[in-house]
Amino acid sequence: MTTQSSQNSIARPDYTIIAEWIRPQSRVLDLGCGDGALLSYLANQRQTAGYGLELDDKYLPQCIRNGINVIQTDLDQGLAEFDDDSFDFVLLSLTLQAMRFPARLLDEMLRVGSRGIVTFPNFGHWRARIQLGLFGKMPISRTLPHQWYDTPNIHLCTLRDFEALCRDRNIDIIERRAVDHTHRTSLGLRLWPNLLGEIALYQFTRKVVSHH
Amino acid sequence: MRRQFPNDSVGLVQPRTVHFDQSLQLSSGETLATYDIVYETYGELNAARSNAVLICHALSGNHHAAGYHDPDDKKPGWWDNMVGPGKVIDTDRFHVISCNNIGGCHGSTGPATINPDTGIPYGPDFPIVTVQDWVRSQARLANVLGIEQWAAVVGGSLGGMQAMQWAIDFPGRIRHAVLIAAAPKLTAQNIAFNEVARQAICSDPNFREGRYYETENEPWRGLRLARMLGHITYLSDDLMSEKFGRDLREGKINFDYGVEFQVESYLRYQADSFAGSFDANTYLLMTKALDYFDPAAAAGGDLSAALKNVSADFMVISFTSDWRFAPYRSREIVRALHDNDLNVSYAEVESHQGHDAFLLKIPQYLDVFTAYMDRIAAGC
Repeated sequence: MTTQSSQNSIARPDYTIIAEWIRPQSRVLDLGCGDGALLSYLANQRQTAGYGLELDDKYLPQCIRNGINVIQTDLDQGLAEFDDDSFDFVLLSLTLQAMRFPARLLDEMLRVGSRGIVTFPNFGHWRARIQLGLFGKMPISRTLPHQWYDTPNIHLCTLRDFEALCRDRNIDIIERRAVDHTHRTSLGLRLWPNLLGEIALYQFTRKVVSHH
Repeated sequence: MRRQFPNDSVGLVQPRTVHFDQSLQLSSGETLATYDIVYETYGELNAARSNAVLICHALSGNHHAAGYHDPDDKKPGWWDNMVGPGKVIDTDRFHVISCNNIGGCHGSTGPATINPDTGIPYGPDFPIVTVQDWVRSQARLANVLGIEQWAAVVGGSLGGMQAMQWAIDFPGRIRHAVLIAAAPKLTAQNIAFNEVARQAICSDPNFREGRYYETENEPWRGLRLARMLGHITYLSDDLMSEKFGRDLREGKINFDYGVEFQVESYLRYQADSFAGSFDANTYLLMTKALDYFDPAAAAGGDLSAALKNVSADFMVISFTSDWRFAPYRSREIVRALHDNDLNVSYAEVESHQGHDAFLLKIPQYLDVFTAYMDRIAAGC
């Protein structure tokens, strides 16, 4: 079984940004919920309810003990067992890059929920660019600690790549944040997010297509 | 010399029987005027009476879930792997009750019981009972034992179906339901297997339309066949290959119809030991209860609608190699539960042991099951 949550390896102050975006009492679905820490945090801070999906056996007991509803699921199989518009928010935290069909999953997120929140490690960060551009080697960093041959992260992208995908798929980006590894933002990060951001956070929804 | 039981065993246990004089209305329209239910308990009921756990048994199970009846017993109860001090269903924390369902053949009123109206065993006159009837009778047992609300109702296979029915029929009396290797209803294939088992029993000349108690011979041959078939479906291809492969008992083939392959010998042994301790009429009745179970039917086939008054929290567990009640059947239940915004966790345990995995100590299974029982204990 592959790990679909790489989120355990990184400290989680990005939770506070996600919590800012989520309205109190929302119904939330967390894809690749790991040990349930984000859902616990949101339940405390925003009185949310909902479910976490996780594939990896090792996280289930902890979720269950913490009172998190965890459903063992392979996200690559899609979210067919959830009805349309069942959730206010569907979260995908540091998991997009490990999915086999990331684009399809984004569509699924906006089918079962009215808003999606995605966070991912930015492959366009300057350190990654230097490692690849100058030294000709696949980047290894705090947010991407794996060697190319044993990484779960098979679909890496930059902020620009992600935004292009959203345009193609009629996905409306509501808000974007880029943060460094301490999950702080700064003037530089606001000016050059794709260069200085180590982690990208997006909140998005389905674009209303008008028919004339 | 007194036998030493393992530290995590409940040790010697004694079944008890409750007699009910108040008649039980059955789903079939018939009534059972009086009946007995035999049960066992393990662990102490706490002062708040909030730590009671009901274990529901599957097709061939009974009230003897854990411990030993006699110091000389070779084997403990059927779920001793799970029930005991420090085990998954921890008898240091929970007051565990396990009863033999009516229609059974291990002490509760069933086809072999003397019918008070006729003075002879009920046999085929014993009314067919359903999962719903069992749950109703278990609720009466709970009343007698002073248990207003179960901390949890737990069961594997047909036992899981009873736990689900509890949550539907008595939402105020159950806080958690643990459904293991269960299904929301049988498929045509499941029913077909049951029908072959029933035909095996009914076509045995000793069956005599179910009135065999007064005769010398019970329909053992039919019951053995039924069990062999059932047993094959409870295992997996992988497991049988691993356990027996094509191993031969004598190391060579004999070109005759005797027992040659190890798997044949195993099946015969299983069938013999089962037929020696089980009643054919009960087997028929249990398979019917399985076939009829379909809580969604009352809501026009919509399982989500059938669960709309449920308030219990659920843990649902399935096993990847279970082809009798495959994981997708458990996911149907999970889906209906989250459709109703109910608390549910679901684990799909990687295993090669087939349906019977729910009886076994599989680490991943024990981990999630223990975690959920911890959560239940925290709320007691």
